[in-house]
Formats: sequence, C-alpha cells, structure tokens
Amino acid sequence: MLVLIGIAIIIAGFLLRFNPLLVIMASALATGLAAGLDVTAIIAAFGKAFNDTRYVSIVWIVLPVIGLLEAYGLQQHARSLIGRIKGATLARLLASYLLLRQAMSAVGLTSVAGHPQTVRPLVAPMAEAAAEAQGVALSDTQRDEIRAYAAATDNVGLFFGEDIFLAIGSILLMKGLLEGYGYVIEPLHFSVWAIPTAIAAFLIHGFRLRLLEKRMLRAPGQGTGA
Amino acid sequence: MITLGFVYVLAGLTFAIFAALGLGDRSNPKRFGNAAFWGLLALSMLAGDRLGDFGNGLLVLALVAIAGTGQIGRAPGGEVAAAVQAERAAKYGNFLLVVALIIPAVALAGTFLFKWVPGLADPKQATLISLGIGVLIALAVGMARLRPALLLPAQQGRRLLDAVGWAAILPQMLASLGAVFALAGVGEVVGDLIGAAIPQGSLFGAVVAFGLGMALFTMVMGNAFAAFPVMIAAVGMPLLIKQYDGNPAVVAAIGMLAGFCGTLMTPMAANFNLVPAALLELKNPYGVIKVQIGTAIPLLAVNILFIWLFAF
Repeated sequence: MLVLIGIAIIIAGFLLRFNPLLVIMASALATGLAAGLDVTAIIAAFGKAFNDTRYVSIVWIVLPVIGLLEAYGLQQHARSLIGRIKGATLARLLASYLLLRQAMSAVGLTSVAGHPQTVRPLVAPMAEAAAEAQGVALSDTQRDEIRAYAAATDNVGLFFGEDIFLAIGSILLMKGLLEGYGYVIEPLHFSVWAIPTAIAAFLIHGFRLRLLEKRMLRAPGQGTGA
Repeated sequence: MITLGFVYVLAGLTFAIFAALGLGDRSNPKRFGNAAFWGLLALSMLAGDRLGDFGNGLLVLALVAIAGTGQIGRAPGGEVAAAVQAERAAKYGNFLLVVALIIPAVALAGTFLFKWVPGLADPKQATLISLGIGVLIALAVGMARLRPALLLPAQQGRRLLDAVGWAAILPQMLASLGAVFALAGVGEVVGDLIGAAIPQGSLFGAVVAFGLGMALFTMVMGNAFAAFPVMIAAVGMPLLIKQYDGNPAVVAAIGMLAGFCGTLMTPMAANFNLVPAALLELKNPYGVIKVQIGTAIPLLAVNILFIWLFAF
C-alpha cells in the first residue's frame, strides 16, 4: 500500500501546479523508498530508464527545419492556400486530417505526422484560415480553441488508428501478455477488433468538429486583429 | 548499417548547437540555465550509453534542479516580422510546402525501403531513422534554395524549443517514472484494490469496472501500456475471460482502446497533451485536454459497450 504514495504525490503536485519535473523526481524517490530501495538504487534505476527512453525526445530535431520554413512564411502560405480552396471548411479540413492520420497509423506510419512535424506548421494555421475563410473574425480565445482542436485531432487519429496495425507495440504487448496466461492469439485477431472503435472515434470526433464549426459561425469573435 | 545511434548523434548535435547559441544570447537573462539544460541533454544523447546508470541518474537530477529552480526561460521576440514572412511566402509559396512535406515523405519511404532492403538500416527503428534522414534532406534542400544566414535554422529552432522549455523532456521523465513504479510493484497494488472493488455476479458490472479501470489507471500512469497488464491480471483474466468465458482478443484489444480514452484526459501523457499546448503557444496549458474530454468520455462508453457486445 505504501508504494502508492508516489501516485498521491503526482496527483497533488499536478493539482498544486508545482514544476512537474520536481514532482516526478519526488514521486520516484518516495515510491522507491517505500518499496525498500536505497537512494542510489533509485537514482540509478531512473537514470537507466531515462537513457533507454531517449528516443522519446528525438522528435525535436525537426525544429530547425520548421523554424527555417516558418521564417520564410510557411504558416502564411498554408493559410492562403486554404483561403483559395473552395469548400474547405474548418470541420471538413480537420475531419480529413483525422481520417488521413487514422489511415496512416493503421498501416504503421505513426511517426510520419505529429505535433511538431505537421500540426504546428500546417494543420493549425490551415484550420485557422479555413474558419476565417468562412467569415469568422477569430478572437484570441477562438484561435486557441481551434489550435487545441487541431492538436486533439492528431491525437485521436493516432490513438484510434495505430492499433489496427499488426506490429505496433500495444498489439505485441497484448499478444505477449495473453501468451503468459496460456492463450496463443494471432496479432490479426487483436487488430481486427480495433476497427469498430476506430470508426466510432471518427464519428464522435467528426461530430464534435461540426459542433465546433457551428459554434464559431454562430458567435463571431471580436476580432482583436491578432 | 544505420542504427538509432545515428539519430541520437543528430539529436545530440542539435541540442549542443541550441546550448551554444543560447549561451551567446545576451537578451535572455536566464541564458546560463538554458545553456546548461540543453547542454546536458546533448550530453545524454551523445554519450548516455557511456555514463552508466548512476551517471545518467545524476544527469537527470541536474536537469531537474535547473528546471525546478526556474533557471531556464526564453528571451522575448526573435521571430521574423509578419510582413517579411508574408512577402517571402508570396515569393517562395509552394516550395515551402514541398520542403515541409519532405520530412513525412522520407519517413514514409524510408520505413518501407529499410524493411524491404535488409542491411541498410535497423528495420525495427526504420521510421525514426528515416525521420532523421528526412530532416537532413529537408534542411539541405531548404538551405540551397532559400539561402538564409547559415545559423538561421538553428536560431529559429532554438527559439521554438525555448518556447516549449523544460516540457520538452517531460515525456521522457514520465516514461522513466513508470520504470520506477514497475520496480516498486505499484501496478500489483492498484490491481488488487480494483479487483476487490468489483461487484460480484454481474457481467456488465465487471465489464464496466474493466473499462473504467483501464481509463482511470491510464490517467494516473499516463500510459495505457502500464495499466494494461495490471487490469488484465486484476479483472480481465480472472473475471471476463475465465469466469464469464469472454473472447480474450476482444477483451484485450478493446480494453487497450478504453485505456487510450484515458490517455486523452490526463496531463501525465505529457507528449500528447501538454507539449502541443506549449508548441502551439496556447494560453491554457491544459487547453488540449479540455477539448479532448468531450471525445474521450463518449468513446469510452462506446468501448465498454463494444466489449460487452462483442466478447460474450
């Protein structure tokens, strides 16, 4: 029971808005001590895990390219492109990206798109431009909401597409775990059962994108000129 | 053969340049903290395998100390004026789009190429390696045509990373915390608690407990992979699969997706939820989570219903 103290520290730390890095370190130390490890062992275990998971942080290597292109007006160009396409509405644009992201993830191409690679330079400015082309003078709050939806759409597309792919980590985890219990199951059987949820995710999130668009069109922003 | 080590070197050099440029930026009062933070990250990328477990642990403690005491920050401004951007956008137009799409296109092509042609690169890491190659090609093509100042990409990239700040390593930190949790046996304890809280004799009750447990435990751990073995051991295997004779493939596959609904609702999944809020410069750091809740809750209900309908 005592090892749960780490979870309590995490929840309290996030709620009280302490620096999350400090909260994580405190949680790791408390959890390790509660489990009877000594401080050096905890630091070494944390260090080993940090080194093993470096691939999580390599996505930042795209930033020099994004920075270069943005300095030469990539975001403006993405906006003006959308302004010129007739029928490119906010909801249709994001729903198309959702479908594309789900389809790519379903064939295993999860790292092809993402927040630094595609959402910030392309999807978010295009979504803003689509709303503006529909006659909405965006307030700062509305602009933030559209950007948040662009990021959310990427997440939903990734999460509810990737499990259709046979060789993704989560499928291998399921297979390995159930084999430990004596159930030998082909990866295909797991991935087939991810399809109904993928369809439901597209319908639910797509519907919410329609609601977002309606809300934007109904309540035009004050247009702070930002 | 190209391995993930190539990408780590690339990332290490990128962070090292960011650190050096940060050190020289006198407009930033926290330039020493920034330089130390990105410099340590560069060291981790370049030499992490030679530092030893305890050495890496000390490196993490130093990163946490720098960020936790507020020693990193960003200098104001630094972006190219909007009018200049618009003028250049009109001139270069679709070329910018092509360069932007080089990265995903190379990642795509490389993923297939490295799987079909063995020996070129580690097929297990094909996409990440291709991402690194894509970045190099895009940078070369962009520099050749746009002819910016040599350091402009690095300066602008540093500006973007400074805007994200310490949140850039939050996902890696949370993944490491998960490893400590596993070592301490946190999962087993939570599994026992949830297992004890389930109403006896109700199939639907057990399905709901399984689906909700996956989502809630994923929210706490920030990762459905950590929640999955625990919930399978506590509820999925003894009740749904053994006692009620449910289809194990359905229970596992849709149970995992119920966990993913939890991922949409937690700050612990920092790379999906907090980092993009910083990257898109949202005023509310929880802005992405806020808009995801409305998708996650109905989808969780659908997943629970699907398990009940399809597994039995």
